Amino acid sequence: MNFPMFHLDWLNDRFLIAMIAILHVFINHGLAVGFIPYITRLEQQGVSRSASNQITDLEWDAMVHKMMKVGFIITTTLGAMTGVGIWLSVSIVSPASISSLIRVFYWAWFTEWLVFVTEVVLILIYFLTWKNSNKTLKSKLLHIRFGWFLSIFSWITMAIIVSILSFMMDPGNWNTHHSLLNGYTNPIYLPQLCFRTPTAMLVAGVFGYLLTTIFTKKNTLIRERAVKQSAIWVLCWAPLSLAGAIVYYRVLPQAMLDNLSTAVGTLQFAQYYETLKYFIIGAISTVLVIGLFGYFNPKKVRLGMVLIPCLFAFGFLGIFERVREFIRKPYVIAGYMYSNLLRVEDYPLYKRDGILKYATYNSTPVITETNKVEAGRNVFILACSRCHTTQGINSIVGVFENMYGAGKPFDESSIAVFTKNMHNGRTFMPEFPGNDKELAALAAYIKHLQQTGDVIEGAQNEGVTINPLQSSDAVVQLMADQEKAAADSAAKTNSAASK
Amino acid sequence: MFNIFNVLLQITPVPRNIPLPLPLPEWLLVFLLVFSFLLHIIFVNLMIGGTVLTLWCQIKGLKDKDYHNLAHEISRTITVNKSLAVVLGIAPLLSISTLYALYFYSATSLTGGMWIAIIPLVTVAFLLTYLNKYTWKVLDSNKPLSIAIIAAATLLFLFIPLIFLVNVNLMLFPEKWGLIKGFFSALLLPNVLPRYFHFLCASMAVTGLFIFWYFGRKSYPFEEYFERLTRYDIQKKAYSLTLAASVAQFIIGPLVMLTLPTKGFNWSLILIILAGAAIALPAMWWIWKSITGAPEDIAKHFWKVVAALSITVIFMGSGRHVYRATALAPHQKLVEIQSAEFERLSKEAREHPTEEKVELKLDTSLGNVAKGAAIFQQNCSSCHKKDEKLVGPPMTEMVSIYKNNPDGLKAWIKKPGKKREGYPQMPTLTQLTDDDRNELAKYILSIK
Repeated sequence: MNFPMFHLDWLNDRFLIAMIAILHVFINHGLAVGFIPYITRLEQQGVSRSASNQITDLEWDAMVHKMMKVGFIITTTLGAMTGVGIWLSVSIVSPASISSLIRVFYWAWFTEWLVFVTEVVLILIYFLTWKNSNKTLKSKLLHIRFGWFLSIFSWITMAIIVSILSFMMDPGNWNTHHSLLNGYTNPIYLPQLCFRTPTAMLVAGVFGYLLTTIFTKKNTLIRERAVKQSAIWVLCWAPLSLAGAIVYYRVLPQAMLDNLSTAVGTLQFAQYYETLKYFIIGAISTVLVIGLFGYFNPKKVRLGMVLIPCLFAFGFLGIFERVREFIRKPYVIAGYMYSNLLRVEDYPLYKRDGILKYATYNSTPVITETNKVEAGRNVFILACSRCHTTQGINSIVGVFENMYGAGKPFDESSIAVFTKNMHNGRTFMPEFPGNDKELAALAAYIKHLQQTGDVIEGAQNEGVTINPLQSSDAVVQLMADQEKAAADSAAKTNSAASK
Repeated sequence: MFNIFNVLLQITPVPRNIPLPLPLPEWLLVFLLVFSFLLHIIFVNLMIGGTVLTLWCQIKGLKDKDYHNLAHEISRTITVNKSLAVVLGIAPLLSISTLYALYFYSATSLTGGMWIAIIPLVTVAFLLTYLNKYTWKVLDSNKPLSIAIIAAATLLFLFIPLIFLVNVNLMLFPEKWGLIKGFFSALLLPNVLPRYFHFLCASMAVTGLFIFWYFGRKSYPFEEYFERLTRYDIQKKAYSLTLAASVAQFIIGPLVMLTLPTKGFNWSLILIILAGAAIALPAMWWIWKSITGAPEDIAKHFWKVVAALSITVIFMGSGRHVYRATALAPHQKLVEIQSAEFERLSKEAREHPTEEKVELKLDTSLGNVAKGAAIFQQNCSSCHKKDEKLVGPPMTEMVSIYKNNPDGLKAWIKKPGKKREGYPQMPTLTQLTDDDRNELAKYILSIK
């Protein structure tokens, strides 16, 4: 409404964010939060198992260092950049929501940043001082202690971010509290942390397991030992991760739970919702199987066998992230702002005057018979385009064809009637914000889309048209009107007084 | 009265502000923004300057072993500096998103494709610097490949700052937003390139000082890496780089001032910039004395030079902010007026919502089910048809279920459940009254 509308008309804007965010969670949980304690434990074992005249088992230490190098390179490149990427993508897709959240969560994010800077510095020190610390036992033990310290730090970073996430997921609290402390006390915080902590350990363990099969040779003693250690790690965390998943799932507020089936995907996925449960059980079981196999039969473990549980474990985490991201609907900030970036409290105004009048960027502030389709396009961009594309992923033509039948010509009035009432039944959809004229224009545009296969290029390609009603000229006019009104009422009071 | 708005003669959008209070006093946010930005940009300078120098030394290293080793030593610093550059970038991004959300996010939306491309571009550039560092020994026999890797990283690092610059520039000029069609058209605004060269020269100057310090440290095992080059050689070259880049700034700086639109100028800006430039002069004199003086005295003035140039950087960073604040002030005033008016209208509409009178179109020929038919048409017909499945089941099916049980049908409409596989759940139609449901049931069950 107040920002140029960036739009990816095939990929879908939301998908861009989801893609970057899920990749980031994979790396953050799997290669930082869970991975550092996993690596530190292995490093420590190198020392405790070495001969008494050695500082550490050098072959073992070199293997652990190599594994850490993989973690280090990925976290400081893709990991760091996807973290920034979540922000950059949200800020172009959803600028109104992120800038509102920043005003409330400034301190949370600032603290998060300080912790994050420290974490990066600590990771740099931990990795870059590794080889030097191998010179004396004292410095090696210090290095290991440093590793544990870093593990705690990474966990704290996650704990802070989870607080922000839980706050945003707790409907209603935004309006009543507007404060961060609420993030820690709200009922979803601890369960979410209970899920994320063991799951991070689990994912990291499976990934480390995979790396041990890459960095050691078949039929060597070192592989046998490394595989067995990873198996123990995975076996310890898998039941906790499952328990955490169940606890987390149970406390999701009822309103969001109702949406859970649509959260997994679009409407046609609703019936596959059941499979989510099986996927969770399946993922944990495959991890358990490879864990048990590695524990009892470490010699026979091969790269390919670990690859599948590893992919499953990441998938398990990914599905939960996707669900978390989608169950916020129809809000982007619970109770305050809908996912179309319009404030709940402005709806009466939009319903009365329409949204086009108040949108800073649109070519049709007033709808006429000749600009109906173009106005519909503008309404679509403002009210629908954060979640729907024209012809791509979750396309508007697609969702209506799912209802009315593929290829059947749309009926404008049916679409208009449906759109007006959809929020009553499709509780994940925000109410249509505009007036009836805009609704009719939108329906005409949707029909036009079906007929022509038109697409929208987004403000990043086609630029913007400035609404003359929201230009500097209009504000200057407004100021003149306000002055005149003030002068008139003053004159009235004067004349009344003189009478 | 309207004088202050004269600068806004072009058609300028006036969006509304974020209707929530700032989390901190404005002056504190401004301080955090300027301070954290300078911290960030210094590491960005080191990352870019370091990469350029690595490439240059690697090329020279084809013939000279010492330069080959120098390249490796510099490249080892890039990967640390780049990590700090990224994390230190978060704080200024957070602060600008608080103070200037409207302007900054409008600019990034208008150049969104390239803005989001920052993520893959920087990731690839980072991976290339690691690749160069960790394949150093492996590629000893294939130096051209090694050079190609660092050259690719250098090109990326030289391009990426342009994306940021285009946006911090575009955000200053709402009057241009209507004319911009994507990143490249915003790149063509007249002041982007001078600012870019200003930034590149700063990068080289800062990197020169860093190299001077890094190779001058007593703990640095210099003799382990170099045969012919001495500490003095490298420090002299580093100082010369800083000096040359600083001299160039005296040409590029005025060019930046000339190409910036005048709307952000005032006397305090001019004073700040001139003071900053003046403080750089003694630093440049000390550098000159050091590189022309005795070799053992080269480090004599170093910390004075660093101190003077740091003050210059702080002045320039502050000047940059003063320009931004001055340039946007009149527009921000319009935004405030616009926002207040909108809040007033929104409040008014909230307090007096327009009654949505639903005019039912009655078809009198239908007799006593006419009202039910009209209600059906308005609320149900987008999903239900007479005798075929649309979104939900056909009416004929409802009749077969509820033929002798109108209360069951009414109860279902009041609180729909989910029965069938392959059908979405029916919405609860909260707008219906008991009377509406009576009429509806009457109509539906009259269907044959």
